[in-house]
Amino acid sequence: MFDHNPISRRYFLDECGIGLGKITAASLLTNNLSGRSLAPKIPLQKPKAKAVIHLFMAGAPSQLELFDPKPHLSKLEGQPLPKSIIGDQRYAFIQPDAAVMGPQFEFQQYGETRATLGSPLAPLGTVADDLCIVKSCTTDQFNHAPAQLFLNSGFSQPGRPSLGSWTLYGLGSETDNLPAFVVMSTGAGLSGGSSLWSSGFLPTTYTGVQFRNGKDPILNVSTPRGFTPEVQKDTFDLVNNLNAQRLATINDQEIATRMASYEMAARLQSSAPELMDLKSESDETINLYGCDRDKQSFARACLLARRMVQRGVRFINIYHSGWDAHSDVKGSTENNCKQTAQATAALIQDLKRHGLLDETLVVWGGEFGRTPMIETNPALGRKAGRDHHPQAFTTLMAGGGTKPGTYGETDDFGFHITKDKVHVHDLQATILHLLGFDHERLTYHHAGRDFRLTDVHGHVVKDILS
Amino acid sequence: MIFRSIIFLFSFAHLLEGTISFSSDVSPILSGNCFKCHGPDDAKDENGKSLRKAGLRLDIADEQDWKEVIARLTSDDPEEIMPPPEANKHVSPEEISILKKWISEGAKYEKHWAFVLPKKSPLTSEKHPIDQLFKSKLAEKTDPYTLIRRIHLDLIGLPPSIEIADQFAANPSPEALIAIVDDLLKSPRYGERWARRWLDLARYADTNGYEKDRDRSIWPYRDYVIKSLNADKGFDQFTIEQLAGDMLENATPEQIIATGFHRNTMLNEEGGIDPLEFRYHAMTDRVATTGTTWLGLTTGCAQCHTHKYDPITHHDYFGLMAYFDNTIEPDYYIANPSLPERNKANLTKANKLLSELPSHWPEEKEDLQKSHQDWLAVQEPHLVHWKHLIPISADATTPYLTIEKDGVIMAAGDVQKLDTYTLKYPATDHPISSLRLEALDDDRLPDRGPGLAYYEGKNGDFFLSEITIKSLKNHPIKSSSQAQADGQKAKPSIKLAHDGDIQTGWKPEDKIGITHLAVFNLAKPLPANTPFTVTLTFSRHYPVPLGKFRFSGSPQPDLKAIAHSGTFEDFLLQAPELKTHADKIRALKKPLLGTPTLVMQERPANRTRPTHLRHRGEFTQPKERVNPRLPDAIYPEGKAPPKNRLEFARWLVSAENPLTSRVVVNRHWAAFFGEGIVPTLDDFGVQGQLPSNPELLDYLAITFIENGWSLKKLHRLIVTSQAYQQNSAIESQTSKQFLRQRLEAEIIRDSALQASDLLSEKMFGPPVRPPQPAGVSEVAYRKPKWNASKGEDRYRRSIYTYHKRTAPFAFLTTFDAGSGEACLSKRDRSNTPLQALTLMNDPMFIEIADHYGKLLDKTKGSLEDKITLAFRKLLTRPPTTEEIKLLSDFHEKHQSWKSLARALLSLDESVTKN
Repeated sequence: MFDHNPISRRYFLDECGIGLGKITAASLLTNNLSGRSLAPKIPLQKPKAKAVIHLFMAGAPSQLELFDPKPHLSKLEGQPLPKSIIGDQRYAFIQPDAAVMGPQFEFQQYGETRATLGSPLAPLGTVADDLCIVKSCTTDQFNHAPAQLFLNSGFSQPGRPSLGSWTLYGLGSETDNLPAFVVMSTGAGLSGGSSLWSSGFLPTTYTGVQFRNGKDPILNVSTPRGFTPEVQKDTFDLVNNLNAQRLATINDQEIATRMASYEMAARLQSSAPELMDLKSESDETINLYGCDRDKQSFARACLLARRMVQRGVRFINIYHSGWDAHSDVKGSTENNCKQTAQATAALIQDLKRHGLLDETLVVWGGEFGRTPMIETNPALGRKAGRDHHPQAFTTLMAGGGTKPGTYGETDDFGFHITKDKVHVHDLQATILHLLGFDHERLTYHHAGRDFRLTDVHGHVVKDILS
Repeated sequence: MIFRSIIFLFSFAHLLEGTISFSSDVSPILSGNCFKCHGPDDAKDENGKSLRKAGLRLDIADEQDWKEVIARLTSDDPEEIMPPPEANKHVSPEEISILKKWISEGAKYEKHWAFVLPKKSPLTSEKHPIDQLFKSKLAEKTDPYTLIRRIHLDLIGLPPSIEIADQFAANPSPEALIAIVDDLLKSPRYGERWARRWLDLARYADTNGYEKDRDRSIWPYRDYVIKSLNADKGFDQFTIEQLAGDMLENATPEQIIATGFHRNTMLNEEGGIDPLEFRYHAMTDRVATTGTTWLGLTTGCAQCHTHKYDPITHHDYFGLMAYFDNTIEPDYYIANPSLPERNKANLTKANKLLSELPSHWPEEKEDLQKSHQDWLAVQEPHLVHWKHLIPISADATTPYLTIEKDGVIMAAGDVQKLDTYTLKYPATDHPISSLRLEALDDDRLPDRGPGLAYYEGKNGDFFLSEITIKSLKNHPIKSSSQAQADGQKAKPSIKLAHDGDIQTGWKPEDKIGITHLAVFNLAKPLPANTPFTVTLTFSRHYPVPLGKFRFSGSPQPDLKAIAHSGTFEDFLLQAPELKTHADKIRALKKPLLGTPTLVMQERPANRTRPTHLRHRGEFTQPKERVNPRLPDAIYPEGKAPPKNRLEFARWLVSAENPLTSRVVVNRHWAAFFGEGIVPTLDDFGVQGQLPSNPELLDYLAITFIENGWSLKKLHRLIVTSQAYQQNSAIESQTSKQFLRQRLEAEIIRDSALQASDLLSEKMFGPPVRPPQPAGVSEVAYRKPKWNASKGEDRYRRSIYTYHKRTAPFAFLTTFDAGSGEACLSKRDRSNTPLQALTLMNDPMFIEIADHYGKLLDKTKGSLEDKITLAFRKLLTRPPTTEEIKLLSDFHEKHQSWKSLARALLSLDESVTKN
């Protein structure tokens, strides 16, 4: 098709929807920019990570149960924390003088890096020496939707581009058969909704494409009932032929782009089902993840993520919601770990044995942490829970140029960071760095100024780079 | 930036011949390269140290050492050169030449072009004014079919009928065109098309946003916009009504509904938020949206610090905020003219049923009169005379309390998760053993109260955590009881209001909109002649204070709460035996309220809200108080600024404001031409692009005002110009995107509906749900299901489609509609494979193709006739022979009009304005 029509390659690269366009970083760099350019504004450093799998534990897991053992809290159980510790922190549900609750699980150290994990995360022990455990994450937000947006877009209100969109904006896509930024979601619906993968003020083509739990992994990717494959093929041909005639008359390259987008749509109709079909995966692999070939689950999403990375997908978000343990933090943590721990370990192992872990960054974590104080509220039927805690939480990373080990420290209460604070903007700066960007230079001009993911903040955490 | 340097490359020679202008030639260079450090910004760090790295300011006519500036710009020394290497900016030799020439001409400063009032250039001929002022060479006029389709899509958002197109093609005279244009401007479809663009700016949606994203009722505002545009209400009046309609004298319901503009902000209903923090976020949205919509200025930049480029200080920002800050945000029940009548009819019916109630008394029960007497005997000791207590003062931690008649206290204003009311009562001449609290319903409260809850829980909810009564000492409560006005047994919770536990309390359960009663019996009476204080504490994970209430006292001890006066009717209404019938009566007695919509209301004069500057724009860092004011750059020096919201709105649309009329005409120009005369529609500031044709922009801006701010006249002016009627066939890369544009999402769907004869012309009312694939809405919190509307509501114009912020209608998102989360002045026009999949496979489009196909099936005529009809219903122009052949071949092979229609709907031309 491209042979017959006067499509300018430069126009195509500049204007075509990147979501599925065959546009590589290399080609972007050699092309001149236009108003809707897809190219990064500065030359890339050599990236460590080519792809990101972000396992977003929505609702916020308890760092005190899983990563940050605080035996001191058990001793203080039933007493309030000193006022000097709490300061003027506002809480979602509890009063600042709520009593302290000790950790609910035993901890154990794993591997040569002596990674400390709470018992529900024991399956992660098998990949302990690949884990970069950042215990000193901190955020500005203490409510779910704003904090999820903050972690994804660097801003607590909707309207800014997400990390995945910035990544596409900067790096482009390496697949012409699948969307380059994919979003999957398991568990309950999401607090931040579709703003979490929005392209904000960036061109809409950088928006994450949701893979859905249903017949169509991508919206409308199947041929509708009542249309045979032959009709479908002939329709694509007819549309493209008519568009080609129009292009010949009007000579507007936008028509050529639309023709290309129909070609990609047709390809997507076969590549999406191929991706989702796990028949070719061995029983051993299926068992490693602990998933069912057909049943939707977090584990299956993890396996799909590995397949996507193999097929050139750049950025994958898997949301697992259900961590918001205002009551029964023990049971809730056990339950959520049952659904996620083995699969997370399997994903890291599986990427590694496919030789993909070095260039794939896996991130695991929530939007904030949970309070050392107990949440009890008979009026709401809550007991033995923990409230939202913005000052300290843990994020795991693996692969993609991160250095295995444990980073950062908190005080005896697990309340404040005492060493190596990693603000959300630092985390974002570091992820962009691993992808080959200077977070201060990956900017987009909008509403009178240059915006960036990290606003005017953020430092790359050099100590966790390999 | 790139765009700008291209301009310089081309126009550099031309520039160096004429006189250099600071505003259009020099300022862009300084702004792009220098202002980040040498601009108006006076931001300081925490220690008060200026963040501006250099004291020198290049934006003001100071005694600049321009020699030094040029020397630094042209230096080879990395220590000396400006901009410094780390700024990653480079001033080109051409730009330096411009600066040098400007300096040699005397370095004359000028105000930024957009802050100077527009000037109207004199017209020199009889030619259409736009064509006289239009600088580029005009292409030839386009063919009648393309033109008539273009005009229809632009003016009413729908393609023309084949009949109108053929009539025009037979007589494509200017007069014929004007007649068609005038008809289109009169069409109700006009308002539906143009309202959508305004709603993008207004960030309109049918849900609250954020996590829970529950439904809100603000569609009357959407209807107000459609009606106003159809009525061609002057944009000045349109502005004043939306920003301050509530403050107009004798404001009409319509003018109050209009204030919904700034109630389209999002509301976070997540449990546990700080409501005042999210109110502040809504306020910052109001400032930014007002800036974009009327001023074309990126005011949002000054939230955290003084604007780095434009002369908007950090103080100016909060001065703008102060205009909107002094408000409360109530629900407004629209007075429906038929309501009083219906309420009266309901009451008559209720009374009739009431009179029939005794006849329903079960025969096997004992005598009705005796039952009443027995019941009364139990009630009687508690049917005492309660003396209304009139407070001396009523204070609250966050809301403001107003003492109304007979001791009634009304609360309004902000509320928090923990609020306390302190009520001081004077001494009484008798001891008080029991206190009665009436929690009263009222139309002014959310869902009629009695509480002030407006998110997370049920609207109108309250939760009395603790009550304390104190005179000289505490007066503990010995016992308590509760009752509710519907005569039903309330779920007991009153004891929890005096158990010392702030987490538990008295609540109305689900019984919203009716009066609730509580009686508190004191362990020891309040002595006579002693003033006393009642303290009420309301605490939950969302705000739950009482909205309207009253205390009464009685010297009698050990009383029970009773919500009736013991009459025979009271007996009948509460009798469990008659409950089914009594429920009907209660339902009928409940007054019907009109449709609620969200509005703004100014706070009373004695309850004004001070606006504080927030350090770094952060809610948690309030600093000094800031009064309403406008930035100096756009307001005459020494003149008193507008005092309040209404005066501010009037100033916006006054002839003294250099910005609004330009900003508006530019946005409308862009709607027709694909690009604004100022390409940065939302930035007329120093960093924005310069107008490509200032004379044309000013001509349109002034004419717009002279024509009474009439949008219809502006549109008529534009579409009757040759500039608009040009052939859009692409001859060269430079004119690409001119006129020929992919259609907006709504127009694509509406055109498909119209072509298949499905489009419903039903206007206004609650939003509707066209079909969409499963799994779209379910992504949002609590996975809401999408139940597609039935009947004609499925096929209404897209402006009536239910818009959920966290899970927008998928089709609209795929075609670049906004999410309603922020003010949007320009939509993206992407071209993606997902759009291809949508047009080919989306169930909504398959349904449309199905109807389209049936329509063609039924049509009589030759294959070619039918194909031509199918083609023209969507694309207006007759198909070419080649196109007919392709379509005929396809039809001959597949024999399916539905498949053929589906292919047509998927064409590039179907989703494009040519």
